[in-house]
Amino acid sequence: MSEMTRNPIGFRTLFLKEVKRFTSVLGQTVGAPIITSLLYLLVFAQAMQGRAPVYEGVSYTEFLVPGLIMMTVIQNAFANSSSSLIQSKVMGNLVFVMLAPIGAWEWFCAYVGAAIIRALLVSLAMLAVTLPFVPLPFAHPLVLLAVFLLAATGLAAFGVIVGLISQKFDHIAAFTNFFITPLSFLSGVFYSVHALPELWDRVSHFNPFFYMIDGFRYGFFGIADVPVWQSLLWSAAFTAVMSGIALWMLMSGYKLRK
Amino acid sequence: MHAAIRIEDVHKRYGALQALNGVSFDIRPGEFFGLLGPNGAGKSTLISIIAGLSQASSGRITVMGHDTVRDWRMARRSLGVVPQELVFDPFFNVVDMLRLQAGYFGCGRDSWPWIDEMLERLDLADKRRSPMRGLSGGMKRRVLIAQALVHRPPVVILDEPTAGVDVELRRTLWAFMRDLHRNGTTVVLTTHYLEEAQEMCERIAILDHGEIRALETTAALLGQHPFRFLKLKLSGAPLPDSLQPLISGEPNGHVELRLPSQTHPVGAVLETLRKAGCVIEDVHTREPDLEDIFVELTGA
Repeated sequence: MSEMTRNPIGFRTLFLKEVKRFTSVLGQTVGAPIITSLLYLLVFAQAMQGRAPVYEGVSYTEFLVPGLIMMTVIQNAFANSSSSLIQSKVMGNLVFVMLAPIGAWEWFCAYVGAAIIRALLVSLAMLAVTLPFVPLPFAHPLVLLAVFLLAATGLAAFGVIVGLISQKFDHIAAFTNFFITPLSFLSGVFYSVHALPELWDRVSHFNPFFYMIDGFRYGFFGIADVPVWQSLLWSAAFTAVMSGIALWMLMSGYKLRK
Repeated sequence: MHAAIRIEDVHKRYGALQALNGVSFDIRPGEFFGLLGPNGAGKSTLISIIAGLSQASSGRITVMGHDTVRDWRMARRSLGVVPQELVFDPFFNVVDMLRLQAGYFGCGRDSWPWIDEMLERLDLADKRRSPMRGLSGGMKRRVLIAQALVHRPPVVILDEPTAGVDVELRRTLWAFMRDLHRNGTTVVLTTHYLEEAQEMCERIAILDHGEIRALETTAALLGQHPFRFLKLKLSGAPLPDSLQPLISGEPNGHVELRLPSQTHPVGAVLETLRKAGCVIEDVHTREPDLEDIFVELTGA
């Protein structure tokens, strides 16, 4: 981390530039995902009205909200870093950062930091909109914060990897459509995995997004499908692996400096 | 004293293609240096390696004494690069782009007066709040130049800065480059306009097929090729067979001969023509320019 201190202005500038990039199209980067999530909430809450609660004392709508927030965190943290990188690559302006004395750690922290800010904005906005109608207990705020940070960092790091590998927007779309979206939908956002047939219940336990959503839900209700330490461990492992790969790619110049 | 840029035995291979094959030379501090070569010669590859955009297969490069691999931060701080492509970030306006670039190089608000000065000198002051996507090609080119200079680097590489710009802007850029050089900045210029290199550069390297073909002062490069051109309009008799191999072109009804000074002095050639019965209606001579030397060295 000592490298972090070597160009603090460079890091801060890149971070602020990344934040400014998504805030300049706030409707698209924050507004749209909130609308989508609220539509899910509206449709599923109506469709599942009257069904038995998933957990004792937790209505289906209450059950749904934390999962939807975490799904939005997952999708937006990934989208922010991956789309920024591919845009810069396609437009050719990534050269401005590549020419500068900005190290791998500074680069990584700037991109991941901006993605976390976007994920935080989306989460807070969703909470602000839903809390008046769906009261949620905040049983374990530190767990909430830890799972949020791990998920947002891990997915932002994964976005950096995909952004570096991709050569065009289609590649990002393929990762989003065939990896991020299916795994986030099949991670227990809309149901408890215990309600699934045994095989699919087991398969779900290999999905890292399941642990992020389950751990996040634990933070609200104090109950979840798996023990919270498992959620924290899986989320931390995912984040560590993704961050390690992203940092290695940035340090070695893989797919960046030919 | 350190070389401004020292290139030591640099090789670069892309699969089967040997883009650079043992390139070595120094660029001196304060020099106006031309790096020339035909398309695919390896110029852009070499610039990319100097700037850290690409990694050499082997060899070493220093910028102001800083190794571009081991001491890459200082090497990059010492260097400004104007890329060949007209790249920009569509999310930002002109002044924001320049302030961002200054920030990337660790320069804070203290660099803002210098940014304002550059905007004035490059005739961009009235465009400071204009979005980048709305600028003409020439203006985008000037912003790129300003971006390369925001951190006041001692060495600047301009990769074809006048490609595709009109005559007026080209003159503005030339004046700006001369000012830079006069103020002590080492300027490395690549260009396809050879008269530009001849006019501006003190020393020139010609790169071809990844190897240095020539590395001389511009004057020495022009002087070391002892030939001149003789353009004639003839009537009466055809050009004698003995002079046919010397034809270098036939522009506008004239014939141009390329005469090696040692074997074919102009006087002797004119005498040969007279003896062959040729009537000389018009005659011009000219010294070889950089383009002639470039063609001779590279076959381009």
